[in-house]
Amino acid sequence: MMAVVILVCSLILMLQFFVSYCRSLIAASAKEPLPLEVQEVTGISRSASADDFSRVIQLLNLCPERPEDRSQLRVVGAYYRLLGFVRSTIALFAPSLKAWADRERALCAYFAAVTLGRRIAFSRNLLAQQMLP
Amino acid sequence: MPGPLQYFIWFSCTLLEVAVLVCAYRRQAIRQYFLLNLYISCEVIASVVRFEILHHYGLSSLNYAYFYYYSDALLTILLFLALSSLYSQVFGELNAGRYVQFGALFLLSATALFSFAVVQQSSAKLLSHFVFELSQNLYFVGLVLTYILWAAILKLRETRTRLIQIVLSLGIYFSLYAANYALRNLYPSMESVFQSLNPLIGCFLPFAWAYAFWRIPDDARLEPSRLAVIR
Repeated sequence: MMAVVILVCSLILMLQFFVSYCRSLIAASAKEPLPLEVQEVTGISRSASADDFSRVIQLLNLCPERPEDRSQLRVVGAYYRLLGFVRSTIALFAPSLKAWADRERALCAYFAAVTLGRRIAFSRNLLAQQMLP
Repeated sequence: MPGPLQYFIWFSCTLLEVAVLVCAYRRQAIRQYFLLNLYISCEVIASVVRFEILHHYGLSSLNYAYFYYYSDALLTILLFLALSSLYSQVFGELNAGRYVQFGALFLLSATALFSFAVVQQSSAKLLSHFVFELSQNLYFVGLVLTYILWAAILKLRETRTRLIQIVLSLGIYFSLYAANYALRNLYPSMESVFQSLNPLIGCFLPFAWAYAFWRIPDDARLEPSRLAVIR
């Protein structure tokens, strides 16, 4: 009985900590403006929509990888998938939860777009270094 | 002997722990987070000694089993003290450091007494089982304390991003361990499966701390109210 209580409490608290942790990763990028070229390529100007994430990730995969982004993107990707699961299961019975999940997914997409901007700048720098005599 | 995958996870975890120390040193955060870094240093030392014992005596030896569980209990106590140092940082402006230390020692003693009482009723190998029970209970107490600390961060509007990420990652780590211990108690026949998850869970904390020290400047700030799941 005690083990069941501990298991349930641990899982609930883990979910809360995980959501807050992912939000803390995303929070910094939410205030960052998108470079013009990213706005043109992704069609995202000020705020992203919930379904933009996969499209931006496809664009990200076309750019050379920055080692600094890798871990963050994995965590946020896992968070996005968790939100997708919540949206298609529990949120069917609670419309407010669906709206919340969509807002969070939009923030994930915006975070991916900010990362795309950084990767484009990184690729430019790489190219510039190669062009130097 | 462990397989290649288990060795890989073990070495990766130890490397991540070394990375935490290097990042903290490079970002001049050793003193500010002294107990956290002390805990990580002890993890590295324990990892090296465990490897030596494993190499000499084998995985199924009593020497390895004893050292593993005893060092795990000591490391859990150290992590518990590291958590109390985070409390001191959050409550620093309220000059509540002494109360926090007193509370941490009281909780530690109470958990030890509770574990002893549980073990005394049903165990012949008292000390070994006490050590295992103490670790298990401290993980759950640590989880509850981390949640209270998180609530205090939200209430006191603590804005230091690095501190917030360290606390949140500690919460994830404690909850994963507590859930794993609970699953081991619920399904004893699958103990080996759940036990093999321990090193994987152990990698998360050094990974998250290394990230927090390396990527987040000391002066970075964020609004904690944006992070709360329940408002």
